[in-house]
Amino acid sequence: MSDTAPLAPRASTAETPEADAAVLVRGVTKRFGDTEVLAGIDLKVPTGATTCLIGPSGSGKSTLLRCIAFLEEATTGTIEIHGDPLGFAEAPDGGRTRLSPQSIRAVRSRIGMVFQQFNLWPHMTALGNVCEALVTVRRMRRSEAEEHGMAQLSRVGLANRAKHYPSELSGGQQQRVAIARALALDPEVMLFDEPTASLDPELTGEVLNVMRDLAGSGMTLLVVTHEIGFAATVGQRIAFLDHGRLLLDGTPREVFGEPRHPRLAQFLETYLDRGAAALV
Amino acid sequence: MSLRLFELMLWAAGYTVVISAISIVIGLGIGLLVCAAKLSPNRLLSLPATLFISFFRGVPLLVQLLLIYNLLPAVGISVPSVVAAVVGLSLCTAAYQAENLRGGFNSVPKGLLEAADMVGLTPWQQLKRIRAPIAFRLTLPALVNEAILILKASSLISVVGVIELTRMAQNLAASTYKPLLFYSVAGALYLVICWTVAGGGALAERMARVGRA
Repeated sequence: MSDTAPLAPRASTAETPEADAAVLVRGVTKRFGDTEVLAGIDLKVPTGATTCLIGPSGSGKSTLLRCIAFLEEATTGTIEIHGDPLGFAEAPDGGRTRLSPQSIRAVRSRIGMVFQQFNLWPHMTALGNVCEALVTVRRMRRSEAEEHGMAQLSRVGLANRAKHYPSELSGGQQQRVAIARALALDPEVMLFDEPTASLDPELTGEVLNVMRDLAGSGMTLLVVTHEIGFAATVGQRIAFLDHGRLLLDGTPREVFGEPRHPRLAQFLETYLDRGAAALV
Repeated sequence: MSLRLFELMLWAAGYTVVISAISIVIGLGIGLLVCAAKLSPNRLLSLPATLFISFFRGVPLLVQLLLIYNLLPAVGISVPSVVAAVVGLSLCTAAYQAENLRGGFNSVPKGLLEAADMVGLTPWQQLKRIRAPIAFRLTLPALVNEAILILKASSLISVVGVIELTRMAQNLAASTYKPLLFYSVAGALYLVICWTVAGGGALAERMARVGRA
């Protein structure tokens, strides 16, 4: 691969068999009115690895993540989670058929999602947030759910904040509770939508550390992030999006190494003062 | 003022409180139904709700009370005037409470429901566990406001012959030739009732945490 021309999109060194893909994105486009946000994305997110989705603002990375979670409906194309279609299934005639709400809930429950705005339920305590789906959806007994929930809060270092309401927690703590809430359902894939973008700089570290631990534990993560330093050090795969197209998709060495794609180089320039200086 | 007359005023104040409270509770129930209908994508439900709200918000309560008081007997329903009064107050406050509740439901941040979607809550579970509790908390200050407005507006039901606080003050003022005294006492009693409601509302708001959603 090292002799690839600088402008050609780089494919991954080791082609992952489709069966190994935790998330399989096929031909996804997304239009909002006349605006094409995603212009045909094919992406395999390998199981047990951390994939970071980077790119300039407006490149469509959050939209892609939301399409994967079926929070946005892709205009065309399909999503599979470990081989099971989410939202739309490919019909024999090449079109798509919409799946039932039950099917969507069932496949979705295998995905954990962490939002930029945390989206904790403000009327429930940290533990209440973590336990809600265990009790309501998984029908666990309250005591059992709380035991499991406390274990998740310990995992993100917040066991001592279990009885606090979101408004009593810092942004970083809220985001860690949100991660614990997603982890509580033992997801096969964790999606992160710019998890540190709305945090004060001094609070991003605690959230990134939790994510680093998750990555280290062999969980499948797909992270939309502006933290290029995190992507370069924790990401095992980097996908670079630009104007709704997947421009680069490979290991950090392939994507960030020389020769560097001019669009990526241009993008990284903007990060000179944001901790990615070593890369540029 | 003799103790006997003051007792009469207190009794009338109690009557005002009871009638207002019943109207607010019934109004909240009807308001919830109207709000649900108005939020429905089905025009057969949302259109009547819109008409209901625009009528009861657009016609003065005094006119509504006189209409109901005269309409019910005209269609062969004979009811005590106090029932007509409660019906009028309930329907009027229902229209306002429906709009307050709709505002509450629409103010629930979308992201909170996306988070509920992602953990697999069904739409009904989301309504029960997330939307309604948050909407109710967001609506609470408006609800307290509405309760105070209805308490004061209940003075209008004296026109259909219900002897509540205002009517009692009028009667006693007329029979004793001391209007200033009885209207002052009535005003003071309204003030005490409304302060109590406002204080209770503030307490309820403190207890119902909303946080920085």
